[in-house]
Amino acid sequence: MEILAIEGLTKNFYLHNLGKTIKSCRDIGFTLHEGEFIGIVGRSGAGKSSILKCINRTYLPLQGTIVYNSQAFGPIDLAQADERQMLQLRRYEIGYVAQFLNVMPRTTAKEHVMSALLEIGVAAGEAERRAKEMLDYFRLQEELWDIYPQTFSGGERLRLNLAHAMVKRPRLMLLDEPTASLDNKTKVLVKDILQQLKEEKTSMLGIFHDLEFMEGVCDKVFNMSEGSFA
Amino acid sequence: MINKEEAVLQVRDLLLRYGNGCECCRSRQPMEKNRCPRCGTVWAVRNVSFDVYPGEVLGIVGESGSGKSSVMKSLYFDHEVTGGSAFLKQYQDGKVNVFGASSQQRRYIKNHLMGMVYQNPLLGLRMDYSSAANVAEKIIAAGNRNVAFMDGRTVELLEAVEILTSRRAEPPRNFSGGMQQRVQISKALANNPGLLLLDEVTTGLDLSVQAKVLDLIRKIRSRYNISIILVSHDLAVIRMLADRTMVMLDGQVVESGLTDQILEDPQHAYTQQLVHSLL
Repeated sequence: MEILAIEGLTKNFYLHNLGKTIKSCRDIGFTLHEGEFIGIVGRSGAGKSSILKCINRTYLPLQGTIVYNSQAFGPIDLAQADERQMLQLRRYEIGYVAQFLNVMPRTTAKEHVMSALLEIGVAAGEAERRAKEMLDYFRLQEELWDIYPQTFSGGERLRLNLAHAMVKRPRLMLLDEPTASLDNKTKVLVKDILQQLKEEKTSMLGIFHDLEFMEGVCDKVFNMSEGSFA
Repeated sequence: MINKEEAVLQVRDLLLRYGNGCECCRSRQPMEKNRCPRCGTVWAVRNVSFDVYPGEVLGIVGESGSGKSSVMKSLYFDHEVTGGSAFLKQYQDGKVNVFGASSQQRRYIKNHLMGMVYQNPLLGLRMDYSSAANVAEKIIAAGNRNVAFMDGRTVELLEAVEILTSRRAEPPRNFSGGMQQRVQISKALANNPGLLLLDEVTTGLDLSVQAKVLDLIRKIRSRYNISIILVSHDLAVIRMLADRTMVMLDGQVVESGLTDQILEDPQHAYTQQLVHSLL
């Protein structure tokens, strides 16, 4: 089953202070099927993250369609969906894993993961049980669970981000450079985890710097250069 | 499949003007910010429309004087609006414009359906009454005079905002700024309103107290599933709490969208300037 079909996706940024347009990605098209893992590689500034951010609607696409086969609304063009629909999809169906950690002040790692469930109305006790399960699944040591994550290492932050995104079992995972700035040992751990998610039929779209590393996990890889697929 | 959601508040073409206006400013000739150069009329809020949905936090950002607080004060009837309409789902099933309500009905709306937390606690609290009495006053205003209920509810709310209940007999003037804001929040929540208006609640508080108030707002939202309009000039606060955000400039909404989109892909020149000024 097709989860995502993108056609003609183009994104530019207009900077008012300079009166200048910065071109990002252009005329991007591909489809993602259920349980499939597509990787996008390319140099910094090639427009990789823009694709992911347009799907998540953190960026407003300039042109093109992003048809996501949602459970809540059926097929929906994310480029045109209204804000409330996007919020609903982000809460229940689409998980976005950023390179950086973004937590509320004074929120422990466990509370951060729980927050994804509390905001969709899961009771506190159940949210805590599932959050612990997820932290354990992503192999974050138990002594870190009640600590504010600002002090975490890159690998720990990433695993926390993954746990936060995965705890609600999204149908579509968007991974923005999940292996950037990680040491090899942690990369292997992340690779293992992604392999496991794939086996559980999560559809994933990920951006990577080092293609060799992701070989064997991705079903398809697109190489991006100057805003389009090479 | 999910049906279309119903808004808890719909605001249409809200207008707040100080002065009578003239042909020049009524015909939308260029103004000095929001002031008419010919007649001196200040257009504090110009044709602002928005919806607030159940359980969401709507952020309003903008520089001082952009009209953010005027929107809030208009909604809470502190200012008499010049024009426009607002419909509350909980009031006459959202079919009647609340700006046309009588003063008695307005009191009902303020005491039962909405809660307001002002930037300046002096506006929201009686500084010489005890903190418990401040909360109880709101309960009494809603028509409940059961002392045992008031006592229990006051303790529950002060505990929820992490004010020591042993200090509930003390007046807010004895408290720090952060504590006063928390007493205001408990007062605003006294009658389980469906909509909470928070006007610059963390402004002027030090970082640790600010974090506490932010955390409290987040908890209140998930615990009571309350809808919140959050006004702030601090983008970090908006980023942490708001689902959607409107950007105001010179009394008008210049841009609105998902909060992360506003912050990462701002479209309007002013929003770009605002985001790039973020420390």
